Amino acid sequence: TKTRTQSLKERERERRKNMAISQDHNKAFGWAANDKSGILSPFHFSRRENGDNDVTVTILFCGVCHSDLHTIKNDWGFSQYPIIPGHEIVGIATKVGKNVTKFKEGDRVGVGVIIGSCQSCESCNQDLENYCPQLVYTYNSRSSDGTRNQGGYSDKIVVDQRFVLSFPDGLPSDAGAPLLCAGITVYSPMKYYGMTEEKGKHLGVSGLGGLGHIAVKIGKAFGLKVTVISRSSEKEREAINRLGADSFLITTDPQKMKDAIGTMDFVMDTVSAEHSLLPLFSLLKVNGKLVTLGLPEKPLELPIFPMVLGRKMVGGSQIGGMKETQEMLDFCAKHNIVSDIELIKMSDINMAMDRLAKSDVRYRFVIDVANSFSSAL
Amino acid sequence: MAWTTSSITSASAIVLFLHYITLSLSQGGFSFTSPMAKSPEEQHPVNVVGWAAEDSSGVLAPINISRRATGEKDVTFKVLYCGICHTDLHQIKNDWGNTIYPVIPGHEIAGVVTEVGGKVLKFKVGDRVGVGCLVGSCHSCENCANDLENYCPKMILTYNGIYHDGTPTYGGYSNIMVCDESFVISIPENLPLDACAPLLCAGITTYSPLRYFGLDKPGMHVGVVGLGGLGHVAVKLAKAFGVKVTVISTSPDKKIEAIDRLGADSFLVSRDPDQMQAAMGTMDGIIDTVSATHPLLPLIGLLKSHGKLVMVGAPEKPLELPVLPLLTERKLVAGSVIGGIKETQEMINFAAKHNITADIELIPMDYVNTAMERLAKTDVRYRFVIDIGNTLKN
Repeated sequence: TKTRTQSLKERERERRKNMAISQDHNKAFGWAANDKSGILSPFHFSRRENGDNDVTVTILFCGVCHSDLHTIKNDWGFSQYPIIPGHEIVGIATKVGKNVTKFKEGDRVGVGVIIGSCQSCESCNQDLENYCPQLVYTYNSRSSDGTRNQGGYSDKIVVDQRFVLSFPDGLPSDAGAPLLCAGITVYSPMKYYGMTEEKGKHLGVSGLGGLGHIAVKIGKAFGLKVTVISRSSEKEREAINRLGADSFLITTDPQKMKDAIGTMDFVMDTVSAEHSLLPLFSLLKVNGKLVTLGLPEKPLELPIFPMVLGRKMVGGSQIGGMKETQEMLDFCAKHNIVSDIELIKMSDINMAMDRLAKSDVRYRFVIDVANSFSSAL
Repeated sequence: MAWTTSSITSASAIVLFLHYITLSLSQGGFSFTSPMAKSPEEQHPVNVVGWAAEDSSGVLAPINISRRATGEKDVTFKVLYCGICHTDLHQIKNDWGNTIYPVIPGHEIAGVVTEVGGKVLKFKVGDRVGVGCLVGSCHSCENCANDLENYCPKMILTYNGIYHDGTPTYGGYSNIMVCDESFVISIPENLPLDACAPLLCAGITTYSPLRYFGLDKPGMHVGVVGLGGLGHVAVKLAKAFGVKVTVISTSPDKKIEAIDRLGADSFLVSRDPDQMQAAMGTMDGIIDTVSATHPLLPLIGLLKSHGKLVMVGAPEKPLELPVLPLLTERKLVAGSVIGGIKETQEMINFAAKHNITADIELIPMDYVNTAMERLAKTDVRYRFVIDIGNTLKN
């Protein structure tokens, strides 16, 4: 019997062989950013040939995640251009390698934030590929064979079957696409930090954007009482009427904030802008948990006294493993949870990015890839 | 308070902060001394001698106060020993802005019972007992119901608090203590009273988070930051749980005793970048006992994925929290303060079973001001304990 390392090495060798042969094959087309202006424009490239463990996906839709914007602008300092972003991908499997057991041609599939891991460490063995030290992101990354990975603002993608998800019947491809990042990003910490163990617990969701609006829907589906925490009242009516939140807390209203002190079991902070954690901590009950999911550029300010005196905690989380991501998709299909989206054509992407920078979207742009490229080369 | 105004900018945050101060002040009470109010000596029938600070110079001197007569649920005991906690130093100097003077500190109190009230079930005259940081709570909230009196919003501190009868509470730098039975801890015979007194604060403060955050499983690797009163007890408790312990300290000179005397498995000098780099991603959890402002990023880096950094020290200013490592490795930062009474008793029993006591320097009462000066420079291995029984004179 082969060890996992041996079979991994063999897979790598096979892949390299395929790459060398197919340099000119498997042409692909997408929109890429070439520098930190972040302006996206048409880009021709190629995907690897479909290996024995691979699934080739013709892309139908791709969600626009705020991380895409951060990456094309090199906000985090490690962008390697040209970059085709996009990690909320839904499409149809058009080719499956001979070792692929989970999918067949014609299946509706999803690809999320990660497309590779070492598949042999403790994290990988526990279905926590998202915490593998050799994690490979869907875009702006390199695989171990040196390939630069490009994301879902493109017509096709080739992915190892382990990192492909089955898209459940009943989950629409367009409005379901954002679940592949936003959905799992909130679902995983809800489970890990114990928010789903008892019904009736009180969850505060800070920030009502791509992550926040999904957190409200999934939180409600888990039987939690949900309060949306926001700086302005403009989103109040839809938070309650459309998303199903139980209440709405405006952080700039001192009396309301005072009344809400010590009322929440959990707070999920989806805000990326710089902010102090003190007001959010004060909302927590004793033993309360603050989960931070946003990606601020600078460290946040952590008040120690309130944390110590109330045995409170702040923890993070990053997407989820493949098994849990599939579980989340099935959960959302069962509870009819989808993202609220604005469908756009690929040619509108730069305008969409400008609007996203101002949080001017309810609540996720999704690119209608298939219909954008039908007239492409 | 320096840290309230330094870095908080939004109006709502300031309001919340003031609310926090109000909460802690209402705990400490306001000195609305009306002309009719009684002096500390006259409030109660039992005459007590203690040492108190009268102002924020923090200089301690003898004082006559009084304590209530033994109520039907009270336990009165002769104080034999009282540990000096760093909190005592903060409070006598009013570092946190909530001290009501005169203040008699001391919340690591051990002695022998002299009288019990008619409804007391758990103690009798002659029993060896201790009192820690709490002497009262509401007994009716969710936290009290879950044996978490230390998180009760109406908890009453052993000193610098206001008791149910409206009078100030005075701590263990005194010859007699009167305490509600439900806040008294029984001390097993095999634990020497002097060396176990510090466990009543330092012990529970480190025991509770080791248990609550699941850092008590044999084979785990836990770091202890800071080797002082809290840190040295944390090492002993963690070792008794079967955990591998690494002490993280700024002073290389504590290495030998950390390993040889306290039983730590290894020692990491936090100012040595190579040592810190080599230890990255190796710890399941870290108990951080340091109160001075210090960076969290290197400590977070020492944790394995899903690791936990637990703060039990109390830096006054907010610290910078690097968010990215929390996300990419699902780590968390948490706080913890003492423990409930049930857990404090459990901790003492655990210590008795494993023969765990604090490393102490026993001092006479009149050495206390010098001890405070040395404590400010962390010049003690590792807790001063006042020999109250033999040296606190009328």
